[in-house]
Amino acid sequence: MLRYITRRLLILIPTLAAISVVTFIVIQLPPGDYLTTRIAQLSAQGDGSLSAQELERLTQRYGLDQPVYVQYWTWISNILFHGDFGDSFVYGRPVGALLAERLPLTILLSVLTLLFIWAVSFPIGVYSAMRQYSVGDYTFTFFGYLGLAVPNFLIALVLMWVSLQYFGTSVGGLFSPEYRDAPWSMPKFGDLLAHLWIPVVIWGTAGTAANIRVLRANLLDELRKPYVTAARARGMKRGLLTIKYPVRVAMNPFFSTIGWILPGLIAADAITSQVLNLNTTGPLLLDALLAQDMYLAGSVLLISALLVVIGTLISDLALAWLDPRVRLRY
Amino acid sequence: MQHPLTATDERTAEPPAAAAPLLEIDSLHTRFDTADGEVRAVDGVSLTVRAGRTLCVVGESGCGKSIMARSVLQLVEPPGKIVSGSIRWNHGESGPVDTTALEPDGEQIRRIRGNEIGMVFQEPMASLSPMYTIGAQLTEAILLHRDVTPDEARQIGIDLLTQVGIPQPEGRFDAYPFQLSGGMCQRVMIAIALSCDPALLIADEPTTALDVTTQARILDLLKDLQRHNGMAMMFITHDLGVVAEIADDVTVMYLGQAVEHGTVEQIFTTPKHPYTQALLGSLPTLEDTTHRRPLTAIRGMVPHPQNRPTGCPFWTRCDAAIGGVCDVEEPPESPFDNGHRAACHRYSHPDGGGSVPLPAPAVRGHATDRSGRGQAEGAPVLEVRNLTKQYTVSGGMFRRNKGTVHAVSDVSLTIRPGETLGLVGESGCGKTTLGRSIARLVDASSGEVLFRDRDGTQVDLAALRGAALRRYRTRVRVIFQDPFSSLNPRMTVEQIVGEPLRANGMARGSTLTDQVAEMLRKVGIQPEYMSRYPHAFSGGQRQRLNIARALITEPELVIADEPVSALDVSVRAQILNLLSDLQDELGLTYLFISHDLSVVEHVSDRVAVMYMGRIIEEGPADALFGAPQHPYTQALLDAVPIPDPFARPERSSTVPDELPDPMNPPAGCSFHTRCTFADSDHGCSTTLPALTRVDEDHDAACHRSSDLTLQGITRTREIPEAS
Amino acid sequence: MTNAPNPDAGGALAKPDLGPGPEPTESTGQDRLALASQSQLVWWSFKKHRLALVCGVITIAIYAIAILAPFLAPYPSGHHNNEYTYAPPQSVHLLHEGTFRPHVNGYSFEQDPDTLALTFEVDPEIVIPIGLFVEGPEYEILGFIPWDRHLIGPTDYDAGPMYLLGADANGRDLLSRIMHGTTISMSVGLVGVLLSLFLGVVLGGLSGYLGGKVDTAIQRLIEFIIAIPTIPLWMALFAAVPASWSPVQRYLALTVVISLVGWVGMAREVRGKFFAVRNEEYVSAAIADGASQGRVMFRHMLPSFTSHIIANLSLSIPTIILAETALSFIGLGLQSPTVSWGVLLQEAQNIRAVSTAPWILLPGVAVVITVLAMNFFGDGLRDAADPYKN
Repeated sequence: MLRYITRRLLILIPTLAAISVVTFIVIQLPPGDYLTTRIAQLSAQGDGSLSAQELERLTQRYGLDQPVYVQYWTWISNILFHGDFGDSFVYGRPVGALLAERLPLTILLSVLTLLFIWAVSFPIGVYSAMRQYSVGDYTFTFFGYLGLAVPNFLIALVLMWVSLQYFGTSVGGLFSPEYRDAPWSMPKFGDLLAHLWIPVVIWGTAGTAANIRVLRANLLDELRKPYVTAARARGMKRGLLTIKYPVRVAMNPFFSTIGWILPGLIAADAITSQVLNLNTTGPLLLDALLAQDMYLAGSVLLISALLVVIGTLISDLALAWLDPRVRLRY
Repeated sequence: MQHPLTATDERTAEPPAAAAPLLEIDSLHTRFDTADGEVRAVDGVSLTVRAGRTLCVVGESGCGKSIMARSVLQLVEPPGKIVSGSIRWNHGESGPVDTTALEPDGEQIRRIRGNEIGMVFQEPMASLSPMYTIGAQLTEAILLHRDVTPDEARQIGIDLLTQVGIPQPEGRFDAYPFQLSGGMCQRVMIAIALSCDPALLIADEPTTALDVTTQARILDLLKDLQRHNGMAMMFITHDLGVVAEIADDVTVMYLGQAVEHGTVEQIFTTPKHPYTQALLGSLPTLEDTTHRRPLTAIRGMVPHPQNRPTGCPFWTRCDAAIGGVCDVEEPPESPFDNGHRAACHRYSHPDGGGSVPLPAPAVRGHATDRSGRGQAEGAPVLEVRNLTKQYTVSGGMFRRNKGTVHAVSDVSLTIRPGETLGLVGESGCGKTTLGRSIARLVDASSGEVLFRDRDGTQVDLAALRGAALRRYRTRVRVIFQDPFSSLNPRMTVEQIVGEPLRANGMARGSTLTDQVAEMLRKVGIQPEYMSRYPHAFSGGQRQRLNIARALITEPELVIADEPVSALDVSVRAQILNLLSDLQDELGLTYLFISHDLSVVEHVSDRVAVMYMGRIIEEGPADALFGAPQHPYTQALLDAVPIPDPFARPERSSTVPDELPDPMNPPAGCSFHTRCTFADSDHGCSTTLPALTRVDEDHDAACHRSSDLTLQGITRTREIPEAS
Repeated sequence: MTNAPNPDAGGALAKPDLGPGPEPTESTGQDRLALASQSQLVWWSFKKHRLALVCGVITIAIYAIAILAPFLAPYPSGHHNNEYTYAPPQSVHLLHEGTFRPHVNGYSFEQDPDTLALTFEVDPEIVIPIGLFVEGPEYEILGFIPWDRHLIGPTDYDAGPMYLLGADANGRDLLSRIMHGTTISMSVGLVGVLLSLFLGVVLGGLSGYLGGKVDTAIQRLIEFIIAIPTIPLWMALFAAVPASWSPVQRYLALTVVISLVGWVGMAREVRGKFFAVRNEEYVSAAIADGASQGRVMFRHMLPSFTSHIIANLSLSIPTIILAETALSFIGLGLQSPTVSWGVLLQEAQNIRAVSTAPWILLPGVAVVITVLAMNFFGDGLRDAADPYKN
């Protein structure tokens, strides 16, 4: 097991390196470099131009007068050794600070969504497999398809519209206006919870639907395996047996949700976050991309890729820990 | 142990009626409601298992024996359902119960399952959950039915593992199923089934998935355990050899019905039902080594239960069928001596005549005297020299090379024109790889495959490639093992059988169609079926197509890779007869690869035995089977179940059923880890023995072949004449 | 195909010397089955899926709309009338004063004196006659067949507007816009999938066929691409597209970007199938038959996975449609004047607009229906794709 973990960690290094290169390429993609964009932006604001001194400082900072590979090295070493992700010119602040502000809420949301998905899809998946072709199974299956077919942002839009139309309130954001700038307190926390469930449910739908499908299909396969009959033949109760044997195997895909839910929420559901006006990293990425604020965009991309890798690692380790076939193969 | 020992060692002396009936099945019907209609899997079976005795239920695949066994414990999964009949279990603490009347998965049936009736299944590995250790699954069974603490259960578990012959039981207790071999897993399954001292053990084809040496060990184990515990056993099998070896009583099943009941002696000496007679006649046996007796094949195959014929289920394949009777009415059971019963109109109907007429002599052609053709003359068709095939096994995160497996090591052999060389060995011994290397479906790592061309020059097939190689593909042909996956489901019969001609530009258009039609006729398929797709054919018919495809190019050498191992007994006989007829007709040379010694013995002139990639013995079939020169050959012969209840083996030596890791083959003789004769004086564990001449045309690779006298097949028996 | 047909014994097997014995005859149903080719078996097994069949018809209908949009839609995509901002949907009336005269009613509107916002009312007094195959603005089907008939529309285009599904902020007919959007959204799906297929089949096939180092390299690449979150990568790549590009260039860039990331799944599928088929005995048999490499590949192997690839394709299209919708919605995909469902939904970004005119969410309904139908259809196809699995 230790060898497995070590190897699994070692393989991270080239993957991460490759990801950083791709991110850097993405950063470099828009025409012109950071400086020209910055100058264009400043002049658009009617702010004239940068001082020669400032120009020099920025050129130095990003190594803009150097070859591309040196620029890459400057960028990545600043991140690695100084935690310096560069500056966002949209927000006019260091990228690192922006991320630090928004990451905790984002991660909280991710974890809650993950728990929601597990809590909902597990019983439904098991039920659907055990009662294959029952009315309940058909109903859940249909809603599963629906959950996969409706884009999250559309659900968000409809929810927003309905609540505005019929309750006259906005469900967007994570706090009601009166708490937005208030210090942390119990009522503020309660207000947060009152708002949190909406993004959690919206994000959860697609994930839940996918999970139910996978769990149902896997469990149906497992239920037909000879070891189920063998366990029945030694007198085990059906319910206990199902949970202990086939469900245990069929649950494996649950762990792989860890792999995509974390990064998914940080970037993939940016659009929903934008619609719901959430203070997470998603809208940050969107703003950055729309404004071609590439250091910010690249950083969010880098971090979400990093989280995919970490998420996959965690899910693989969880799998290895729980499944002796994986654990003992290495 | 809770139950007193009731059985005696003198099993055969006891008349069947003396022991009390433990399980009585009465006209059981189990059906499956499928989208395509109702399938009557079990269609009115009645049988009785008596206390302390072993009942073998024998029949071909699809005859419903497994569903019948599962019905006893209500283990049939939907859409299967017991629709009528009763299963009386006379052992319960609360007195006799009808298990079909119990609530499925209710408390009562669960108390019977595992506690009073244990069950063992066909696929040992898949019958254990891979997520838990074998110890966990074993103690779970113990704790379910016995009032013991977990610590006590662990101790009982370890004792059970010892009892079923698992070495180092303490260590194995915490192993996972996939870390054990199939044979070991089956022992664990047996331990689980025995954990609560059941009065009845139901074993559903428990040895079918295992190698022959392992099968022998498991059969011995079951016999010992039964003798010791005094339990009754219902043993489901398709193998009459196993029946002869283990049964007290026998029920023969056909298409969901029990057609004959009797003691094992009655069934083997005076079989009454035409199906039983035909089954016995279709078996290749290990004893008659001088004459190749054609097998009495049963025409056609078992119909799908959905197309069940009216009247007697067997009449469509029966040579003794009475027109207007057998195809109309279901036959009643006719009683014979001592409880022997058979359901056949021949005994009950006024027109039956009271006996089954002998099959027409025309059915099975001519017996071939093999002694005349044993030493085929002429320059060899094929010479294999020092052929080696190694695989690198890679795996893990980095796909590193984990090791090398020598699937075939330094093999040399010759095949002479017109002969059949049998290649025999257990699974994983490299026989298939060897065959495929010769056919160039696998590229050998080194060595030569010298094929004698028509002008007498030898061509090294191993060195050819591209078009040069394709030319010889029409001369050396392969008959594949799996009749299902070896025929492309997307091509018609004509396309499949004609493909070798078409691909090599040997024929086209109507010439090709004519040739295909001719070939189909030769293998017994109506040429009108040429435009059908493979899915329209049964396993046996598909194997005929496979043969047609191989022979259509008029090859010199045919490599038959386990051509009958996927087939039922009765169909197997058809195919073996066909192969032998075609050999005579077309003057073919066969390399016949099989794991089944009796089949190899039946078809081969010479035999080569493989073990862990090497040929360890080679010689004329009768010499090799009569006086083996290698302990492994003896062990194999010893393990083959003989379909003769009077020749129950007291095995002289049983080899351990654990094979060495092929990635780390043992030093010296690769068999020394399992060999009962290995000793250090002869260097068995240090020096690799070379294949050396021990007799005329007979080679063996054993350090001790000169000082050992090994047992071959000495048992002989008269084949019961059908009466 | 739950049960392998088992045409009984006799017929095929009886050798002439087998002696007497009646033989059952086969039913014609089995003959039909015996002669059925793969595509027939797939079709038979697909037909049993009622829902999938219905969804297949819907899918075809949607593609028909995509092709015939200019004819089916009452208005061209750019047609606007600023007087009718957010005009509500009208309903079709067949009778007017007791006689058959299909029409819709026009609008009367009031202006809020404070906010200056317009409020529309459908006015039963104003009658706008409508008809089928009416003469209207000219267009070209598929870009080269000129015509001026519209399946449905006001008989006189100057008599008044017909907004069966309401109008948007610029008074454009939403029904027409959704139909025109169908062309772009569905074609993005199709073109994107075909590009993915091309990349996937070439790379997956290479990986499977050559094996060894090439396989390892391509597998590494696939694993790496999977490690990058897809949608952000799409967004990032697309953000790099210069704003100055023409609609056609943006369209092409979008499909290329989507397929650059999307080929991975296809390549995995092809490779997996390739390995599975390569291990089938019938491929060994074809090699042993002396068939050349090309013949083994195209005659024996390829037909085995075409049905899987088609099923896989039909399941990939909805994903791409969803991606296009999301990207365009947020402004990182296609942009006006190109009309796609995502572009149409951009208007719904403003929640106030949604509450004024909820019908601007209707393009979302089109997305959901399409994706649902194609998923059911694809699932049915996938289940039927291997008629030999039993």
